[in-house]
Amino acid sequence: MLSIYCPHCGEHREEEEFHPKGQAHIVRPLDPESCSDKEWGQYLYFRKNTRGLHHELWVHAAGCRKFFNITRDTVSYEIREVYLIGEQPSVTSDRAQS
Amino acid sequence: MAQINRINNSGRIDPTQPLNFTYNGKSYQGFKGDTLASALLANGVDVVGRSFKYSRPRGILAAGAEEPNAILQVGATEATQVPNVRATQQELFNGLVCQSVNGWPNVETDLMSLVGKAGGKMMPPGFYYKTFMYPQSLWPTYENVIRKAAGLGRSPKVGDPDTYDKVNQHCDLLIVGAGPAGLAAAQAAARSGARVIIADEQNEFGGSLLSSNEMIDGQPADSWVKQVAEELEAQPEVMLLPRSTVNGYHDHNFLTIHQRCTDHLADRAPSGQVRQRMHRVRAKWVILATGAHERPLVFGNNDVPGCMLASAVSTYIHRYSVVPGRRLVLMTTNDHGYKTAIDWHAAGREVVAIVDTRQKPKGYRVDQARELGITVISGSAVIEAKGTKRVTAAIVSGINEAGDKLTGSTQELSADTIASSGGWSPAVHLSCHTGSRPVWNDAVAGFVPGATKQKQLLAGGINGVYSLDKVLGSGLEAGLQAVSNLGFAAPAVELPQVEPATEGRSMALYHIPHSKPTSQAPKQFVDYQTDVTAAGIEVACREGFESIEHVKRYTAMGFGTDQGKTGNINGMAITAKALNKTIPETGTTIFRPNYTPITFGAIAGRDCGELFDPKRYTAMHKWHLENGARFEDVGQWKRPWYYPKAGETMQLALDRECTATRDSVGILDASTLGKIDIQGPDAREFLNRVYSNAWAKLAVGKCRYGLMCGEDGMVFDDGVTSCLADNHFLMTTTSGGAARVLEWLELYHQTEWPELEVFFNTVTDHWSTMTISGPNSRKLLSKLTDIDLSNENFAYMDWQEAKVAGAPARIFRISFTGELSYEINVQANYGLYVWEKLFEAGAEFNLTPYGTETMHVLRAEKGFIIAGQDTDGSVTPEDLGMNWCIARKKPFSFIGKRGMAREDCQRENRKQLVGLRTKQPEVVLEEGAQAVFDPNAGIPMPMVGHVTSSYYSANLGHSIAMAVIKGGLGRTGESVYFPQADGGVIEAEICSPVFLDPKGERQNV
Repeated sequence: MLSIYCPHCGEHREEEEFHPKGQAHIVRPLDPESCSDKEWGQYLYFRKNTRGLHHELWVHAAGCRKFFNITRDTVSYEIREVYLIGEQPSVTSDRAQS
Repeated sequence: MAQINRINNSGRIDPTQPLNFTYNGKSYQGFKGDTLASALLANGVDVVGRSFKYSRPRGILAAGAEEPNAILQVGATEATQVPNVRATQQELFNGLVCQSVNGWPNVETDLMSLVGKAGGKMMPPGFYYKTFMYPQSLWPTYENVIRKAAGLGRSPKVGDPDTYDKVNQHCDLLIVGAGPAGLAAAQAAARSGARVIIADEQNEFGGSLLSSNEMIDGQPADSWVKQVAEELEAQPEVMLLPRSTVNGYHDHNFLTIHQRCTDHLADRAPSGQVRQRMHRVRAKWVILATGAHERPLVFGNNDVPGCMLASAVSTYIHRYSVVPGRRLVLMTTNDHGYKTAIDWHAAGREVVAIVDTRQKPKGYRVDQARELGITVISGSAVIEAKGTKRVTAAIVSGINEAGDKLTGSTQELSADTIASSGGWSPAVHLSCHTGSRPVWNDAVAGFVPGATKQKQLLAGGINGVYSLDKVLGSGLEAGLQAVSNLGFAAPAVELPQVEPATEGRSMALYHIPHSKPTSQAPKQFVDYQTDVTAAGIEVACREGFESIEHVKRYTAMGFGTDQGKTGNINGMAITAKALNKTIPETGTTIFRPNYTPITFGAIAGRDCGELFDPKRYTAMHKWHLENGARFEDVGQWKRPWYYPKAGETMQLALDRECTATRDSVGILDASTLGKIDIQGPDAREFLNRVYSNAWAKLAVGKCRYGLMCGEDGMVFDDGVTSCLADNHFLMTTTSGGAARVLEWLELYHQTEWPELEVFFNTVTDHWSTMTISGPNSRKLLSKLTDIDLSNENFAYMDWQEAKVAGAPARIFRISFTGELSYEINVQANYGLYVWEKLFEAGAEFNLTPYGTETMHVLRAEKGFIIAGQDTDGSVTPEDLGMNWCIARKKPFSFIGKRGMAREDCQRENRKQLVGLRTKQPEVVLEEGAQAVFDPNAGIPMPMVGHVTSSYYSANLGHSIAMAVIKGGLGRTGESVYFPQADGGVIEAEICSPVFLDPKGERQNV
């Protein structure tokens, strides 16, 4: 069970209080109508399945109900950083970006 | 029966407190301080089980968690049965009842052993699968017979009467194991003021020191243990957990400790006490001081009762005052093993010989043994044990320096006990739980924990450090390291002094060769519990299994309840040899939680029965109970389903509720409806984006139905939202969808549109909601309120603030039945009061309470959908024929708009929502029934949709159904068919889903 730091509450809490919401930084296209079906399909369904660093969206569902991002190593389950919505990760690797 | 193997020495048992117990129906006596295993050995019980595959008699091998054979069924009553208890870990109590878990008709005379004997050579790995493969259809029959013949303990057939607890703990440092290393670490950490938990699986602290005669700081080891334990006990920040196995090491230093609070007292927990407790610990740092397990040596017939681990024999002698035999042959690869022969000798029984596999053993223990006059046969090994239910002799032969060939002649030594020591395997189990792979260490001749991401330190035997002075030093060092990592000041501690011992070099030997090839030699067991032999591993390697993980799965090595604690390393060494590789090349399998088996009760704790899942009740629940409601679970809510009167069937109750509502007035407790309060200057814009229809012009005082879609264009929730003030809305959701919808709104607000100023809060529980519905609902409500309810003043889809029965209320004139209908919301505290007032006032109108089932029927008569019943995540608003609910011209591309414009969503022939009328009006279709266009089509029939809702409508006098049918919106009047399991076919005609009052005149009066 992960121990997750909620940047809004400023505390480490148990994983049970949080919901994972999948890959972070999936931005809703500003003009959906200009997207082709393929592009819309990419936005809707296609996600990374990273071995290593992964940027994830989480919500403190049974806490402050706020969303935030986590950079997590999917091999070791280490949480490398926690950062706010709108911010970019500072922990990245070539492998995670490729 | 006398305790023939009990001796008088100063062990840790109390001979003044005899305890009676029953094993396989016979009464025995042991003493307080005994384990079940030591008591059985004291009584001279040799056979404690039959082996899994070959049904060979088995005796006690070990003295701790690693025991593979003495797996017993414990329990005096059906409810307190515990399967697969390691006798070596079960403390004896008065009245304990246990039996061996396999062997038929009994463990002494097992008929299956004949099969094992006759078929032994013909039962290679994979035997059952290879033999019983054909015909496949008979496998269930084979399996039934095989399972009866094999298998371990059984589960109780009735509920567990005991109580279990879960406790969450947070500490600076968790120390696993209270042997010399753990205690030295704990002493240092405790003195620093850190918050420490120290847990040990045994009933008292001390680990190996409890069966040792070594001296620490000039006093016997157990005195030192007592002194340290007392010091720890006195520290307010230190928690001592004996009888507590750290069973799992999970991510981010989360560990689970299984504490057995009363298992040593009685068959079930004394009244008012918790039987077991699960500590869920989040530790800043962890010290693993789990020690090591001794490896037995692999030789012919090494499973005959009387073959034991050398260290276990010493433990029985020292700690339990039991010598488990008369004449000992000890085989060892190391100096440490000599201790057992010396202990045996000191207990006054005969040591036939020490058989040392090394050519020239040297060291103080070797000298000590020789001085005592014990025969030491060096450069030799026990290649085979004789005997069936007890060892009668050991066959000894010379062995070369590499340990792979026999030399010289053999001799037979008469003995009843063969103890063996093949060195030690660090207990790396916990370190593996988080994915760290152990690494081979040649100097240790064992696997030690590998690199880890956890905040974990190691102390003592787990690192391959075995001599007491070094173990204590390593414990102290780890303790100080933890203190420093935690940021505490270094405490004043001194290294406990012990006489340093010089031991000769051990020999890395696992598998003793036999004069015959392994495949023809008497069975040489590697994993006792799963009956894996050296020959079996060689067969697996010959058959092409090269990965150790595959060998493990093919042979079942390490699959027992003991997880191969004694056998795994030997098995890996044999695999390596068979593959011509080194052990590090072959690698090791890893271990998973739990370290030892654990009862489900401890995992569940109090989260069972009534407390398994929270139940949610509305404010009127008491009334529903008093009025005979049957309940339905909706999410966690208990909702009235229907209210049968005496003698009424469900259908009769529904018919009565349905007609009463349409003829006069009915009432529904709708409090469970999700309610989300939305405020802020951008609330309206936000609604525009998340609903498919338009919200820009909804005036204060008005309500509107909305559909919510996902980005894929599929409907996922619906409900009515009302404009309370220009920047204030009340959204309702389905009863089960409230939490999901709120999280969905927050997701879009926080991640996509943070610039919108809008706030959401759940107010579901703040309000009690009662819906009165039917032509007399206005008359009823007018008796209890002061406002003008006329259609002109209070129109359909309006809401108003008013007092109802004196309570402040919001009244919404919305309808889910198609009738004139008012949804009255009052503060939950007033809920029951107003509800009762409505019944007082409603008596003259035959006000009828109805539940969720009647609600479903009434809405289906009107063709209103229920999101999640008539939709399943693959249905667009268009598929529902709800084009009127899509505002394509809204300036912002609302959620779902682009999705529903995808080519696939625009395709002809999608499954679309239609109504169905069965040709025989009284026949009610099954919900979920599959539709076909041609009932005579060949199998597999092309399926064209399914029934989503289906009821009998008393108001209409026939059944009604809703279904999704391919291209259904263009097929009105056509028939679809529903083939039934009994071969019959139900025919139904496609119609509009609005069965009643298509113009909506009844609700608009």
